[in-house]
Amino acid sequence: MATELNAVRVQTEDFSVPNEYALIAADNSDGAVVTFVGKVRDFNDGSAVTDLTLEHYPGMTEAVLNKIVAEARERWSLNHVTIIHRVGTMTLGEQIVFIGVTSAHRKAAFAACEFLIDFLKTKAPFWKLEAGDKGANWVEAKDADDQAAKMWEKE
Amino acid sequence: MINVLFFAQVRELLGLSTLAVEACESTVTAEGLRAQLAAKDDKWAKVLAADKLLVAVNQTISSWDTPVVDGDEVAFFPPVTGG
Repeated sequence: MATELNAVRVQTEDFSVPNEYALIAADNSDGAVVTFVGKVRDFNDGSAVTDLTLEHYPGMTEAVLNKIVAEARERWSLNHVTIIHRVGTMTLGEQIVFIGVTSAHRKAAFAACEFLIDFLKTKAPFWKLEAGDKGANWVEAKDADDQAAKMWEKE
Repeated sequence: MINVLFFAQVRELLGLSTLAVEACESTVTAEGLRAQLAAKDDKWAKVLAADKLLVAVNQTISSWDTPVVDGDEVAFFPPVTGG
């Protein structure tokens, strides 16, 4: 059976980049595979971070991610698109999000991958709670992320 | 009834994730519902007055003048920070 063109998953379990790559990279009509992985890093706004808990809005999250994928397909000619976003508690260095895009040529795959992460960060209902040396804090939305998403609206 | 959901800081500060709200005359828009809940007490007023509060009506981020009717699902939450 052929792999579905769109794969959108919200899950607590970790994901395997080699497995996800293999699922989308098998089609010989694609010349480009672009993947992005977001990880838990050890600092934010100058404070040490030890772990991260992600909350989301079940139902709405999946709908928004599917809508973002549909928007990317309207802009670029894409073959496979995968978005995996984890929820729950993750420790330092763990993977949070995977985006994989395949297309005939690299430009569409690069652009779509960046568009997907920029839109996901500002439109999908996920919230990060960071725990670290200064206790637990909800991460504040960044103007820079909003500006990154707005850049795509100028086209 | 309107099924109201709270997420992230809003959920944590209210100590509540869901609430069934009886629609009244003023509950005709998302803003009407927000005002009705904010009128409960000082804590609710403070949490739901947050200038960056967002609202989703039936799982779509919506403007404050969006109509709200019996049976709708309405969620209040802060700006999103995934990725």
